[in-house]
Amino acid sequence: MALLEVKNLGISFGGLRAVDGFNVNIEKGALYGLIGPNGAGKTTVFNMLTGVYQPTVGSFSLDGENLTGKSTLEIAHKGIARTFQNIRLFGKMTVQDNVKVGLHNHVKYGLASGIFRLPGYFRDEKYLDERAKELLDVFGLYGERDYLASNLPYGKQRKLEIARALATGPKLLLLDEPAAGMNPNETGELMETIHFVRDTFDMTILLIEHDMKLVSGICEEITVLNFGQMLAQGKPSEVLNDPKVIVAYLGE
Amino acid sequence: MKKLLTKKNLAALLLIIAIYALLFACDHLGVFNRQSKALLVPIGINIMLAVSLSLLVGFLGELSLGHAGFMSVGAYAGCMFTIHMDLPMAVELPLAMLLGGVVAAVFGFLIGIPALRLKGDYLAIVTLAFGEIIRSVLNNLGLVGGSGGLNGIPKYSNYTIVYVMMVITIIVIANLVHSRHGRAICSIRDNVIASEAMGIPVVYYKLMAFVAAAFFAGIAGVLYGHNLGILKPSTFDFNKSIEILVMVVMGGMGSLPGAVIAAIIITVLPEALRGLSDYRMLIYAVVLIAMMLLNNNARFNSFKQRLFSKRAARQGAQLTKEGE
Ligand SMILES: Nc1ncnc2c1ncn2[C@@H]1O[C@H](COP(=O)(O)OP(=O)(O)OP(=O)(O)O)[C@@H](O)[C@H]1O
Ligand SMILES: [Mg+2]
Repeated sequence: MALLEVKNLGISFGGLRAVDGFNVNIEKGALYGLIGPNGAGKTTVFNMLTGVYQPTVGSFSLDGENLTGKSTLEIAHKGIARTFQNIRLFGKMTVQDNVKVGLHNHVKYGLASGIFRLPGYFRDEKYLDERAKELLDVFGLYGERDYLASNLPYGKQRKLEIARALATGPKLLLLDEPAAGMNPNETGELMETIHFVRDTFDMTILLIEHDMKLVSGICEEITVLNFGQMLAQGKPSEVLNDPKVIVAYLGE
Repeated sequence: MKKLLTKKNLAALLLIIAIYALLFACDHLGVFNRQSKALLVPIGINIMLAVSLSLLVGFLGELSLGHAGFMSVGAYAGCMFTIHMDLPMAVELPLAMLLGGVVAAVFGFLIGIPALRLKGDYLAIVTLAFGEIIRSVLNNLGLVGGSGGLNGIPKYSNYTIVYVMMVITIIVIANLVHSRHGRAICSIRDNVIASEAMGIPVVYYKLMAFVAAAFFAGIAGVLYGHNLGILKPSTFDFNKSIEILVMVVMGGMGSLPGAVIAAIIITVLPEALRGLSDYRMLIYAVVLIAMMLLNNNARFNSFKQRLFSKRAARQGAQLTKEGE
């Protein structure tokens, strides 16, 4: 059984079928790519998988549990975390606190412990600080832990978003164009980090990218979307040589 | 216990005691005239109101224009209690504060429910309507004296009690804000979609913020009633809500020390300028604008941060270096 199983997922906005008949199975530990031209429906797929949009048809399940129709919060608790194409950090909070929000559900101390500074507060906050340090170190952000997130340069904001999503301890991590706006150097470095994250955290990652070359470099399997339809699915080497895919990207 | 005895906490404790000692000394050495002594209780009450509203406006990021409403329901509940009870003050006042706080908190919960669905301007209108509805109900409720006011409230409040309650309010809200619960509240302010996607129960935390803010506003109201000895619905009008909001905004959104300082200035200023009669409102307005400009000044803000946090200072220094 695959970790994520998506069956015939589709959504319409008014008359527009933004995504139609989307099927995918992602095995545990996979690094899976979702590509396609602008407006193909990639982000819309993420929005459905995280309960931001409710699909009009189809279903999806994580670890065998059907999550169709669940709210964003429930899905987050079930173990799907994501980043956003248009970065959504907690801008007025520090870098470290952004990650600690991601870690929120890893400790349980209650309101009273927080207000009256009971021992549980110190124990749990210490644990959170250590976990946050681990995560920030992976992305080379620990030195900037006291910066406001909004003061970070763009590339680091994208990294922080990944660190924060990872902090929730998900089973599946969805990355929406993590390399957007980065230069080739930064992109290469980020791809290495993503590999590293997959290996060390034993994570399953589904990632959206525009750049086909880049995706073929790190993903074991990809799906190509075009106008909401699946165009091709399989190993990057095969898919990227598919005439249909070449046409979609380069035109006739 | 050891962790509570950090240098920072000890310094805060010393400050709390020193300020009280100063007030006490000034009072007994006759430094205060009658007017300035009469200001002490309102200052403390306004600090409680500003700090509690700050939780909603500065940290949760919801514009609330009904804080005077929470204050008034708390005040009326607590004062009705002391009027009708016949207990010693040491028992009666704490119970009245608790009752006032709880009644206000219930209203906070009820107002928090629409806040789950409404955003920004719409929520502001709901809170505004809430404040006005409460006021007109009180105006017409014979049981609590109607528009003539509620008379005969024992004058239990004094600056010592208010000081203690003010310190408790500040500590509770500051600790709340700096816990995982406070981080969750701030994350809702900064980006509610991301907050939910990170597994923060947004509904729970929005309600928590409304309940906590209303609770302390209610206690402030009880102390207010027991200071004047009379409650009039007209005191708790839209202007009072705006005045509290101004304190929070002037103090710099999301800054508790700022809210405290702004509450002091805004309470003292009109009295301090009384002698200037005609120019009073003019100067008042100028000072408000100056404070607002100062709050938007990057250099002043980094100075303020350096004043309040060492870690922020390090960051500030680094940023200036990068800027050069
Ligand atoms: N909330 C919405 N209401 C109406 N239409 C929408 C909505 N969200 C997305 N769409 C439409 O769905 C289509 C797919 O959009 P989507 O954002 O998923 O594309 P994408 O593949 O992520 O593109 P890009 O590469 O530009 O990010 C677009 O035509 C878009 O206009
Ligand atoms: Mg997109």
